[in-house]
Amino acid sequence: MIRVLKYVAIDILKNKIVIAYTIILALFSWSVFSLEDNAAKGILSLLNVILLTVPLVSILFSTIYIYNSNEFIELLVSHPVKRNKIWTALFTGLSLSMVAAYIIGAGIPLLIFADFNIAILMITAGSLLSVIFVAVAFLCSIITRDKAKGIGLSIMLWLYFALLFDGLVLFLFFQFADYPIEKIVVALSALSPIDLFRILVLLKLDVSAMMGFTGAVFQDIFGSTWGLVFSFTLLALWVAIPFLISLRMFNRKDL
Amino acid sequence: MGRFYIAIAVVFIATFLSEKTLANIIIAEAGNSGKTIANAIQSAQNGDTVLIKSGIYKEQSLKLKKSITLLGENLPVIDGENKYENLTVEHDSVIIKGIKFINSGSSNFNDIAALTIQNSKHLLIEDCQFENNFFGILSMNCGYITYNNNKLSSGGIKGKPLANGIHCWKSNHLTITNNTIKGHRDGIYLEFTTQSKFENNRSIKNSRYGMHFMFSHDNFYQHNEFIANGAGVAVMYSKRVEMRYNLFADSWGSAAYGVLLKEINDSKIIGNEFRGNTISIFADGANRIEIYNNLFLKGGWALKVNASCADMQVNGNNFIGNTFDIATNGGLKMKSMNANYWDKYEGYDLNKDKVGDVPFHPLSLFSVIVEKNPPAMLLYRSFMVSLLDKSERVLPSITPDNIVDNHPQMRPYVYDRN
Repeated sequence: MIRVLKYVAIDILKNKIVIAYTIILALFSWSVFSLEDNAAKGILSLLNVILLTVPLVSILFSTIYIYNSNEFIELLVSHPVKRNKIWTALFTGLSLSMVAAYIIGAGIPLLIFADFNIAILMITAGSLLSVIFVAVAFLCSIITRDKAKGIGLSIMLWLYFALLFDGLVLFLFFQFADYPIEKIVVALSALSPIDLFRILVLLKLDVSAMMGFTGAVFQDIFGSTWGLVFSFTLLALWVAIPFLISLRMFNRKDL
Repeated sequence: MGRFYIAIAVVFIATFLSEKTLANIIIAEAGNSGKTIANAIQSAQNGDTVLIKSGIYKEQSLKLKKSITLLGENLPVIDGENKYENLTVEHDSVIIKGIKFINSGSSNFNDIAALTIQNSKHLLIEDCQFENNFFGILSMNCGYITYNNNKLSSGGIKGKPLANGIHCWKSNHLTITNNTIKGHRDGIYLEFTTQSKFENNRSIKNSRYGMHFMFSHDNFYQHNEFIANGAGVAVMYSKRVEMRYNLFADSWGSAAYGVLLKEINDSKIIGNEFRGNTISIFADGANRIEIYNNLFLKGGWALKVNASCADMQVNGNNFIGNTFDIATNGGLKMKSMNANYWDKYEGYDLNKDKVGDVPFHPLSLFSVIVEKNPPAMLLYRSFMVSLLDKSERVLPSITPDNIVDNHPQMRPYVYDRN
């Protein structure tokens, strides 16, 4: 497995796109922090950028990468290597490179400019976000053999999580404005890892005071240590479930 | 006959002078049962000075009903032992200087204060300190009192209830300057108190308001600092209040604000600095308020103005780094909103007169949504919401178009609060 992982890692490095992604993230972060005089405002701007780009790059690059390494996978399957290990190695390789790109690109400026606790939170949550979308990409690419369909599906999912979901939540807010929906909204937010990440960072940035009752409910649930553990467990589930499903499908797939 | 008049005049002047020069200094010493403060006050005549030597005095509830000066030497301590009212003054023309009042009693029924002043005029309370009292200074039905350079703090004793630092009820012409008030319920509380002046006070970390007006008209306060109070200043049911060059900072919490205006009329808020408050100014039922030349910095909402307010003027202010510059719950009508600097303004200035050429609509779509639907705040900073906001700014459809600054400034004003 380690050997497969090594091949994958070298291949991704050779690809240079991940390196470009790292540089772009770094450019974004450094410029955001040097343009804003206030670190908290810089974090908010960076948060916007991260919420858009990290999922997009993770999901698209991974999907395309898996489709392109179809032949490599087939070659490996013909060797005495367990399918489990091939898939896991591919996943680990892609995740590691995405996480490394994120940490080098956005993590270092965060550590330098932002408050340490928030920086650590954003680095861990952002890394998890990268891995989550790699896992979703694995699911997309195993569902269909058709490359166009698979990539299309991953773009749709990204659109859904980054844009549509918030629109739907907003719609729900208006439809059920007369009901006490705070707790339901907390449950809903768990359905989108991007939202979960955003809310976690917002709560740490003191904006929660502006959220009134909902903020209090959220602070109550997500603000405590147990809340953090709970939300990180949720994020981890977002990695585990798509990946395990894709693994199961890969194991049974007729290549 | 002329000589006779002169002689009489001389006699009069002589007696007058001797009265003056014969004003006594009576000494009170701690630990000397013959020289308690109570004894000293008892033996004093009007115009005398009671000099209180340093030390701790536990004399239960002291009463002062003479026009004398209480002067502390090296900050003597009058201890209320958490049971008594340290000192009650009921006479005009009293000076109290350099005394420390600690541990007044507390009660849920009576207003127990370290220093109570009732039905009196022309007093000076200066350089005194107050520690761990229920009420600090309580003045009832008084006039022409000066509180200068006192330090009040409370909250050091666990479980002891808190009351107001400087509490003024039915008083007028007060001058309250250079005081520091910490850890009380309200720093300064005014009820039916008129024509008073407040300058250079610092009100810090009080659990409710830094300063609280109820039915108190014609008051003027400037250069005060209100920092990290539950709320900065609450002005309720008052008229003609002027607030100039004050600092309101760090009132941050779910129900916190820099200034709360509730049912207030004809007041001026000029040249103040608001920094890091959840809501900088919250106005409900406030009429004819002039908000000029203030700096609104890094707040949640800079202005939250309910539609029950009329004829408000918001001119020449700086709005920098606020989450929302303005929010309202309905069809708000402003008298004027002009020539402010908004950091969210994205217009241009072709003729270089430092005034933006396109009007600015400070009421964002998201603030309208949040006002109708507070839980929607969860979507703050979501890409979807930013997108909606941007398109609404270009083509306003939901947000009212009468809240508009026609002459937004390109550069922030530079103010000097001093």
